[in-house]
Amino acid sequence: MKKLFVYLKGYRKECVLAPLFKMTEALLELFIPLVVAAIIDTGIGNSDTQYVIKMCLVMIGLGLLGLLCSVTAQYFSAKAAINFAAKVRHALFDHIQKLSYSEIDETGTATLITRLTSDMNQVQSGVNLTLRLFLRSPFIVFGASIMAFTIDVRAALIFVGAVVLLSIVVFGIMLGCIPLYKKIQQRLDNVLGITQENLSGVRVIRAFCKEEEEIKEFESTNDSLTYLQKFTGKISALMNPLTFIIINLAVIILIYTGAIEVYKGILTQGAVVALYNYMSQILVELIKLANLIISITKAVACGNRVEAVLELEPSVVLSENNIKPKQSDYIVEIKNANLKYKNVSDYSLSDINLKVKPGETVGIIGGTGSGKTSLVNIMTRFYDIESGEVLVQGKNVRDYKIQELRDLFGIVPQKAVLFKGTVRDNIKWGKKDAGDDEIINALEIAQAKEIIDKKDNGLDFEIEQGGKNLSGGQQQRLTIARAIVGKPKILILDDSSSALDFETDAKLRKALREIDGSPTVFIVSQRTSSIQYADKIIVLDDGKAVGLGTHKKLLESCEIYKEIYDSQYGNGG
Amino acid sequence: MASNNKVNRKFALKKVFSYISKYKVQVFLSIFFAAVTVALSLYIPILIGNAIDLIVGKDNVDFDEILKVLLKAGVMVGAAAVLQWVMNTINNKVTFQVVRDVRNEAFNKIQKLPLSYIDSHSHGEIVSKVIADVDQFADGLLMGFTQLFTGVVTIFGTLSFMLSINIKITLLVVVLTPLSLFVAKFIAKSTYNYFKTQSEIRGEQTALIDEMIGNQKIVQAFSYEDESLERFDEINDRLTKASVKAVFFSSLTNPVTRFINSIIYAAVCLTGALAVINGMMTVGGLSCFLSYANQYTKPFNEISGVITELQNALACAARVFELIEQPAQIPDSENAVVIDNVDGTVKLDSVSFSYSPQTKLIENFNLTVKPGQRIAIVGPTGCGKTTLINLLMRFYDVDSGKILIENNDIRDITRTSLRSSYGMVLQETWLKNGTVRENIIMGKPHATDEEVIAAAKATHAHSFIKRLPNGYDTVVSDGNSGLSQGQKQLLCITRVMLSIPPMLILDEATSSIDTRTETRIQRSFAKMMKGRTSFIVAHRLSTIREADVILVMKDGDIIEQGSHEELLKLSGFYSRLYNSQFAV
Repeated sequence: MKKLFVYLKGYRKECVLAPLFKMTEALLELFIPLVVAAIIDTGIGNSDTQYVIKMCLVMIGLGLLGLLCSVTAQYFSAKAAINFAAKVRHALFDHIQKLSYSEIDETGTATLITRLTSDMNQVQSGVNLTLRLFLRSPFIVFGASIMAFTIDVRAALIFVGAVVLLSIVVFGIMLGCIPLYKKIQQRLDNVLGITQENLSGVRVIRAFCKEEEEIKEFESTNDSLTYLQKFTGKISALMNPLTFIIINLAVIILIYTGAIEVYKGILTQGAVVALYNYMSQILVELIKLANLIISITKAVACGNRVEAVLELEPSVVLSENNIKPKQSDYIVEIKNANLKYKNVSDYSLSDINLKVKPGETVGIIGGTGSGKTSLVNIMTRFYDIESGEVLVQGKNVRDYKIQELRDLFGIVPQKAVLFKGTVRDNIKWGKKDAGDDEIINALEIAQAKEIIDKKDNGLDFEIEQGGKNLSGGQQQRLTIARAIVGKPKILILDDSSSALDFETDAKLRKALREIDGSPTVFIVSQRTSSIQYADKIIVLDDGKAVGLGTHKKLLESCEIYKEIYDSQYGNGG
Repeated sequence: MASNNKVNRKFALKKVFSYISKYKVQVFLSIFFAAVTVALSLYIPILIGNAIDLIVGKDNVDFDEILKVLLKAGVMVGAAAVLQWVMNTINNKVTFQVVRDVRNEAFNKIQKLPLSYIDSHSHGEIVSKVIADVDQFADGLLMGFTQLFTGVVTIFGTLSFMLSINIKITLLVVVLTPLSLFVAKFIAKSTYNYFKTQSEIRGEQTALIDEMIGNQKIVQAFSYEDESLERFDEINDRLTKASVKAVFFSSLTNPVTRFINSIIYAAVCLTGALAVINGMMTVGGLSCFLSYANQYTKPFNEISGVITELQNALACAARVFELIEQPAQIPDSENAVVIDNVDGTVKLDSVSFSYSPQTKLIENFNLTVKPGQRIAIVGPTGCGKTTLINLLMRFYDVDSGKILIENNDIRDITRTSLRSSYGMVLQETWLKNGTVRENIIMGKPHATDEEVIAAAKATHAHSFIKRLPNGYDTVVSDGNSGLSQGQKQLLCITRVMLSIPPMLILDEATSSIDTRTETRIQRSFAKMMKGRTSFIVAHRLSTIREADVILVMKDGDIIEQGSHEELLKLSGFYSRLYNSQFAV
């Protein structure tokens, strides 16, 4: 996640100061056992009440200083971490919006959303934790050992031994358990999978009376999860007792060594107490450190995933030059176009040729996966073709500024998507400054006027996220209105009447033909009834154009077209 | 609402105890070991203190006594460690077994729930009850119990040990510790609002991300990128400001309580040292006290955390139990008959049904189906064609009237034999995670390979199955199987073809299937329907025209019923629907 660190720029001061103040706090904490030792040796040894009071005030003073340092550190680290995360989120959001369809397909929108939300939250808290704690714990562990050295070398060696042993146990158990936890997660996913499967397939399972068998399968999957959980539990249950033994044995040895040293007059009683206190500090901090390392590992993994998205290069390269369109009789001209999607072995479009004059209506028909949507997507340059040429108004789509190109089109996508907001807001996506009369006109053409007529607040009717408070057909008609409000030169209807009944579909087609300015219309459909009156129909099968012509001509000449037609009008099959 | 929650929680608690009571002995042992472990680990500092007292100064160390004390300490350390390990292991075992028990019971319930429950609840919600809530409940509740218990024991243990050393200093500690709790609580309370704001803004941001990134293709198609980035940034800025406040103020808890603890530490040090000077306490006693003073405040902080966790866990438990306690579907009546090889006579006798009492659906519906007849159900999308399937298969029970098969009310027939009499192919194809063969033999588990292949050949599925990487042993699943929608559908049909029951329910799924496959599927359907009573949700005109009875549904209701010619003569909804297909 190294590349993400550029977004920490501008917070360099905070990134240095936060750990620095945290370390100062730790340092102050390390002085406490020394003060206690002084109280015991000097204060109690000499029965000096004044000295004891003075030293206790010193202790409180150290605590107060520590508090100040720590608060400062927390502030700097919170500021740096959160602003860092905000910058990365901005960059990530911006970057995702610049990706082309290929990358979005490849990564998947659900993944992109996770990267922007939960992954980024993990990264933020990881950075915050690192700034605050990553230096503190090791500092105290090593600091305590070093302090021990300043008191007595032989005793300090016990510290070194204890730290080594503790590290082996703490990190060994944690590292040993990580793969086991991963396995547990997998088995939990299996349990989750069966539950989901049984809910989605409840009708089939009951129809085949498979309930008992499913229960048996679930129980055995569940048992294998429980077995692994118990096994892992046994290992991780070792952590506390083992560290407890190590630290206490170290204390016992320490006391005994201390006793010998004191007897020889090398150490004082207070020094032994100080060493004892250092020993207890070590354990607490080591465990904190181990937990910290786990959270940081998680955060780094999230950071790497975020970085991977930032490193995706948009495959559609935008044009800088501004070439004037050539005069052309055709509004859209496709020459020998071939399209291949990433990670797909076959061509999705091969050797497509199509010439469309302004004002024509073109029908695109074919089975699922025959390339219908691909064909319209290369016109708007959502995907770049591998070879061949796509000209719009006589100019190669690659020579357009992308926004300029897309403004020529009004697109009604296959899946009707509306956004949270009023009907007016939604329609305005198609034309930013559309007035109410324009919007209502568009709604009328799209057969969608009645939707708002039924609502009390008309155009101000609030659409819920995902258009949940509208029926499928209503959503579809509103998306059509959105596409035509900007009076596009080219209108693309991608299977956009599938949720409409035949009656409305017919009315819609009639209204579209009567739009003033008569746009060029592309209708993608599986129904011959939706396209049979088109000026030109292109029949696709497996990415190849197997027919081009009018309905009548195709019925005579195109086998596949006839097959589709017959299947819908019941003359065959 | 609040009192309701309380009742829920009380009920949940009772249920939890009933689950744990199975492991009574273990739980009792665990609590006992916890108490002993705490006592031992508290006694060790005293022993160490004693040892320190024996180290007075140069040439003044009683090695014999020290060895004795240290040996004692060593034994105790060992004993405490072993007991702790045993306790941890028992806790793990009980926790994971309770989780297993709860999950098994929840899953069992899912199999017996009436479909109305499953249909009316989001699957994600039910899954999260079985998975996430059970986990939360186990972690929080069972671990919480032990933590709470050891916490309380530690507090009382420490108190009594401290009292045994010096009463005055103990009182000082007891009086001062609530200070740190109070401060922690104060900070939590005053940061609560910052966190609320933060999570509200975060929710807003997530919603925007969901919409804009989730529909990124539309955003790009309408060149809306700049606007959406602007909206994102506006929220992002607000989030940053709120987060800095929330994170910073909440992170104050640790340093502040640490500071208060250091004040307590200093106070103990002061009074302790003075007591030692006055001969009321030894240096070892002081060192022991100091280590207690460090420990004493810890369980208080932990306990307040544990209590919130416990509440959360109980809430999770209540959600799981809500599922487990759902009434199951009405069991088969005792003298339910087993039907076998029915001739296919089905009669619907003044059937009324609706999903909710407010909206009436099917009312007083009559239909007599003779053996081998073909019933087509037509209507616009979402008109409730599946309702009829739900009633025939007894996924839902009728509100009034009855459905008869060969003069047996289907409520007097065992569900198993009723459902085995139908072969059902739904529009939503569903494959079980397993091999192709396992999926096909669902209705006939002991089918031979020859039978399976014969069925697959009959449905034209054999050729594509053969081309799969492992043929009939290829693992497929509902979500991501590399099969096309049409291939999945063919497998579902093969499944029915293999067991081929006397009656059929077919949902003609054509919307997502290419014409070629569709023709094949039609042929498979035709083969199956021969001589069998079939109910078909029909999209194709050819099927509709050939049906013996056409049921026309609209808004969940059956509005017209009759043969193709009869309905056309009616000039009603059907004739309009039919004619509009040919209209401009």
